Amino acid sequence: MTTQETAKPAPPAIEKIKVKVDGREIEVPKLSPDYTGKLVPTTMLQACDAAKTDVPHYCYHPKLPIAGNCRMCLVEFGTPALGPDRKPVMNPDGTPKIAKSPRPAIACATPISPGMEIYTKTPTVKQMREGVLESLLINHPLDCPICDQAGECKLQEYSVDYGQSASRFVEPKVHKPKAVDLGPRIMLDAERCILCTRCIRFTRDVAGDDALGIINRGSYNTISTYPGMPFDNNYTLNTVDICPVGALTSKDFRFQMRVWFLKETKSVCTSCATGCNIVISSREEKIYRYTPRENDAVNSTWMCDYGRLNYKWIQREDRLKDVLVRGQKSSWTAALSEIAEKLKQAPTGSVAIVASARQTNEELWLLSKLKAKLGGISDSIERTGDADKLLLVADRNPNTNGARLTGICFTEMGINLPKIADGIASGKIKTLIVFGEDVTKHGISAELLGKLETLIVSDILPNATTAAAHYLLPGCAHAEKRGTFTNTKGRVQKFMQAVQPKGDARPEWDFLHDLVYNVTGKNGFLTIEGLFNEMAKDVPAFNGLTWAALGNTGVTVTI
Amino acid sequence: MSFTVPPNLEAEIDELITHYPVKRSASLMLLHAVQEHFGYISQEAVEWIAKKLGLQPINVYELVTFYPMFRQQPVGKYQIKVCRTLSCALGGSHELYKHFCTKLGLDPHQHGLQTTKDGKFSVEFVECLAGCGMAPVMMCNEDFYENVSTAKADEIVSQCK
Repeated sequence: MTTQETAKPAPPAIEKIKVKVDGREIEVPKLSPDYTGKLVPTTMLQACDAAKTDVPHYCYHPKLPIAGNCRMCLVEFGTPALGPDRKPVMNPDGTPKIAKSPRPAIACATPISPGMEIYTKTPTVKQMREGVLESLLINHPLDCPICDQAGECKLQEYSVDYGQSASRFVEPKVHKPKAVDLGPRIMLDAERCILCTRCIRFTRDVAGDDALGIINRGSYNTISTYPGMPFDNNYTLNTVDICPVGALTSKDFRFQMRVWFLKETKSVCTSCATGCNIVISSREEKIYRYTPRENDAVNSTWMCDYGRLNYKWIQREDRLKDVLVRGQKSSWTAALSEIAEKLKQAPTGSVAIVASARQTNEELWLLSKLKAKLGGISDSIERTGDADKLLLVADRNPNTNGARLTGICFTEMGINLPKIADGIASGKIKTLIVFGEDVTKHGISAELLGKLETLIVSDILPNATTAAAHYLLPGCAHAEKRGTFTNTKGRVQKFMQAVQPKGDARPEWDFLHDLVYNVTGKNGFLTIEGLFNEMAKDVPAFNGLTWAALGNTGVTVTI
Repeated sequence: MSFTVPPNLEAEIDELITHYPVKRSASLMLLHAVQEHFGYISQEAVEWIAKKLGLQPINVYELVTFYPMFRQQPVGKYQIKVCRTLSCALGGSHELYKHFCTKLGLDPHQHGLQTTKDGKFSVEFVECLAGCGMAPVMMCNEDFYENVSTAKADEIVSQCK
């Protein structure tokens, strides 16, 4: 059932042309997509990229319009020489004669032509790069020891390749504003800025908020907002990611941790149904930041500020850490076997399940197995907010489609909730299993919960439902477990574990597996890989998927 | 003081915009028109122009901060601009500048434009006024003076009523 975006007709084949990069011939498409996806002539930089030859650059970014202002990507090149008859001139050995351009060109903005030769390793190119770098460093404060960008800074990286050990600049440096409060989440150090204008282009052309500009003149050039208009849209923190130097820093992350200490884990943002691909940076079981990870099928290289900063709850002090049986601390073994016994004895139709669409596909599938065995009903709870034009969607559950595809809820989420409430009121439903939701806010009051014979709750943070639970099973945030979500467009994406669960908490899929095994006798999925593959065989929409085949960027299924 | 553009200025500005295929191209002309009328370009003026041209204020602000000819603060009734580019510097423009400053009670060592307390005179150095053959040269508002000696400078000041 997997599709590779088959709905669209195959684009017309793009003509390929041959160019040489440092003497090696490669074939590249004549046209390549620009930042909007429109096909434009392929540039020398893209050709070098295809030839796996690094061309250093600051202002060029594949997802932004081209500015060509940093000059770092200057290369030498030549094109086939034409005789007076406009026919190619040949060398004695029959190869076309190449007329080397007397001037270099910026690789990021110069289109390739057939037979072109690009030279990136000549002494002239090296000298130009050294010259450009030296010029960029003239007024740079060289404050790497206190700069947040240190360790992921293009100035540092290229200084290793093209820098000099000592500066030849003896004049006083130009001083510019430092610690400028650009907006609620962004701080600017204008002295570190190399004026590549990536941030300006991003906010103008991608985020659609033309808020930044360069004011003043010459060596006093400074990135700025208009006085009195703070830089405050939902995508401002992306400018920190694309800033090649330490000029723009995140107020949330600055001075918190040196980046080389951070462990990077591939994950998925859970703040809405878009499922932006992210990297979780953590150290010693503490999460320090989320940064977007490129996935052109989902989020390009961006993510919203709302999602990016929504990680602090994982580290909250009041996280549920203990297995509680009727308020008393217990163990997983004891609690799970008691629950299994109760569920086995439960008459058909006496069990209802409310599972959050923030649980993973695997967890929801295990719950649906439990539901099928017990002949119960189930539902999930909608969570909405305002959508924006770029990435944020109104559906704030990361796995709404997962809940639908695994049969936990109908297309319209929440229509079974009144039935469950009525069932409890009439005494028909005696056992309620709640995963990750506070049902007291959704029509099943604490009073109703009091009527239940058994209330099994798994959650991450305390709420009125967890307070009423007979069996409380501490669960994990996505950063503490592995699993998959199905995003709003049906892309199944996996995420990895960044930090250890708090206290006795266990990943829900892990203990649900034990429970489902005890109740239904089904087995065969002790690992997340095995569990996913088992689920893929069972859920029609996921047929044919395997954990391994999901790769880092996921697979789109028909929803 | 609220910023209001008189109808005749607005009519002039509307006419200026029609000279260009793209509204944004009229930015500089509008800034000139506003400065000519108000003497300087206030923040309100920047916002008004941006709105007029369908731009964000930052786009207009970039221009205002780029060109030294645009003023963000009110200036004196008489603006004295002394050229300091090479020929005039050799021809004695620094002495001329110092003379103006001392005469008008301004600090000759301070950078940038200075205005007398009574708001009558502003003095500043500018770059080449294109009269290198007759250095030192200067301007007083729109009037151009060549071969300016200190005596001639005194005369120019005394003519300013």
